[in-house]
Amino acid sequence: MPKTTVYTASIENLQILDEDGVLDESLAMEDGRPILTDEQVMYLYEQMWIGRHLDEVAFKLQRSGRMGTYPQNKGQEANAAAAGLAMKKGSDYIVPAYRENIAMHMHGLPYHYILLHWMGDERGNQIPEGALLTPLSVPIGTHMLHATGIAWAFKLRKEPDRCAITFFGDGATSEGDFHGAMNFASTLSVPVIFYCQNNQWAISVPREQQMNSPTVAQKALSYEIPAIQVDGNDVFAVYKAVRDARRHCVRNGGPYFIEGVTYRLGDHTTADDARRYRSDEEVSVWAGKDPLIRTRKYLVNREAWNDERQFELENRAKKIVHEIVAAAEGIEAPRVSDIFSHMFAELDNDLRRQRDTMRTSSIGQDPSQIGLRSQPQNA
Amino acid sequence: MANLTLVQAINLALAQEMERDDRVVLLGEDVGVNGGVFRVTEGLAQRFGEHRVQNTPLDESGIIGVSIGLAMAGMRPVPEIQFDGFLGPAYDQIVNHAARFRNRTRGAITIPLTIRVPVGGGIHAPELHSDSPEAIYAHSPGLKVVMPSTPRDAKGLLTSAIRDPDPVIFFEPKRVYRAYREEVPEDEYTIPIGKAKVVNEGDDITVITWGASVFQCLEAMDALPEDVSLELIDLRTIDPIDTDTIAASVEKTGRCVVVHEAPVTCGLGAEISSRIQERCFLNLEAPVQRVGGFDTIMPYYKLELDYLPDAQRIGKGIMECLAY
Ligand SMILES: Cc1ncc(C[n+]2csc(CCOP(=O)(O)OP(=O)(O)O)c2C)c(N)n1
Ligand SMILES: [Mg+2]
Repeated sequence: MPKTTVYTASIENLQILDEDGVLDESLAMEDGRPILTDEQVMYLYEQMWIGRHLDEVAFKLQRSGRMGTYPQNKGQEANAAAAGLAMKKGSDYIVPAYRENIAMHMHGLPYHYILLHWMGDERGNQIPEGALLTPLSVPIGTHMLHATGIAWAFKLRKEPDRCAITFFGDGATSEGDFHGAMNFASTLSVPVIFYCQNNQWAISVPREQQMNSPTVAQKALSYEIPAIQVDGNDVFAVYKAVRDARRHCVRNGGPYFIEGVTYRLGDHTTADDARRYRSDEEVSVWAGKDPLIRTRKYLVNREAWNDERQFELENRAKKIVHEIVAAAEGIEAPRVSDIFSHMFAELDNDLRRQRDTMRTSSIGQDPSQIGLRSQPQNA
Repeated sequence: MANLTLVQAINLALAQEMERDDRVVLLGEDVGVNGGVFRVTEGLAQRFGEHRVQNTPLDESGIIGVSIGLAMAGMRPVPEIQFDGFLGPAYDQIVNHAARFRNRTRGAITIPLTIRVPVGGGIHAPELHSDSPEAIYAHSPGLKVVMPSTPRDAKGLLTSAIRDPDPVIFFEPKRVYRAYREEVPEDEYTIPIGKAKVVNEGDDITVITWGASVFQCLEAMDALPEDVSLELIDLRTIDPIDTDTIAASVEKTGRCVVVHEAPVTCGLGAEISSRIQERCFLNLEAPVQRVGGFDTIMPYYKLELDYLPDAQRIGKGIMECLAY
């Protein structure tokens, strides 16, 4: 036969909890019970609610001049929350972009660190001992390679039950490093989950302008990485996909790709005005698919949630977020010498001199030459 | 004449060059309907069509790589890299490709390309949005590097850059995008690449700077003792450096301070002071003084003003140099 089909491909889309909060029992049930217990769904709902409230407060902090540019997570919470739950805290590695606040928090980052980062303070990136996370990634599409390297280290050291997950946007899939990350992960066969939060926009560039392919997930197939598209506003679908992906990675040793179809309900960041490039109608359609609304509906249907609980949660969220803001704003000002402190394990002479004379010298000239004495700076 | 900000002057230059020459196309992340994140290309997609003001995929290497192809095939691409820090992924295409084609083909293939990049700190931005990498590109042969500080210069220099037969990196000091207005001729005009501007004439000391630091230097100048007569030079073009203007000034003053935001080590100040000692050794009354960023990573914004040379630190440098 001179002409044969040598490759065919397809991508499945998974939705378990629909927009009205109705569960697809056949997909949700495993061994006679739903893959997420009511307690787990409640936990996710609470995490999403607190995350959403923090997001709203962060937005206000920026607007009132108390914080710099901030990218809202609003509308995308189910991705980070359910993925965060499916990954193993303390052994798996989280390599985020910047719309995964909830997953970072679940894996050990105090929330006020995230605010500190956006308040222009590197201490927000000083990941606490034991938390397996990389900091928020402002440069787009570069960190998926780091996740691949982390997963490779797990493999080299033969650490069996470990996996890395990296999050990135639809826009990030255009960068060359994204393709490099998938190719490395695939050829080296390492346990890394690529999680694309396809929120339909990269600032003002819609997904259809970003790529001509109907799905993001299919990009993984060309690297022979198994891939699935899920409803990213559905905690069940996201949880199941990430849990299964993790099992696959850990058992088979190779990577996995998940596209969470979701939507950025807010502006790109507080520096953006999305009304310039997208319609209110589009936003309101997606507002109807809000992950918080459908998760709550599900819980109410299960009689696991009621107005009283909601009231209690809202009050608790306010208190928690209030404390987060207080912690971020209450931190002592960074020392000016911190500009130098973490440049190297040991500072070289030039850097030490610059640090010690930064208040007394304009640098570039030895102050002793002109009779100026360098004084230890006290800032 | 129109009273314009830097952003508006650049926008006007782009519009006029697009009007004048169909080969001029703009491309980059968000440059289309949104008008760029700084609104520099505001209204241009609507006016000239999205095919000439093309939103691209999020791929800096791709943006410069395809621009090289466009230029080879007779177009005049003006790509935008959204922020200084994101030149990183495009570095290979700029330095190893755009910069080399003329030489490696012995003139057979040339790359008329203007890469616009907002540059520098001081705007409270997130990380990688505040860097000053001009020396890296000045160090790379085959590229011209321009950084105007005022609306009028920006318009004239951008026009020259777009008409230039070779690749130009056009840095736009974002800190002063909207900080100052100036009367700008509405008709088209050019300002030659490679010519510095004497902003203020003086006899005692020469201060050389560019970009947003020009305004910090003016502030420092105002705070100096009355009797100090300072000559302030805005370099405007970083590569090629206008050594003649620099030398003429330092021959007169005998003292010089170079100010830039970028780290001092291997910054442009090093090159400039070297040229000064080559050209004006016997005129010098003091070592050339550099006031720059520290040799550290540009800090996040809580500390950025402690990192950037401000009027106070510049003033100190000037006084030190005068006291020598
Ligand atoms: C390398 C790089 N280029 C450009 C930018 C500027 N920028 C910040 S976010 C963004 C869009 C990102 O879109 P996407 O990957 O879809 O993530 P989203 O913001 O939608 O979550 C751009 C262009 C950047 N931060 N890094
Ligand atoms: Mg996106």
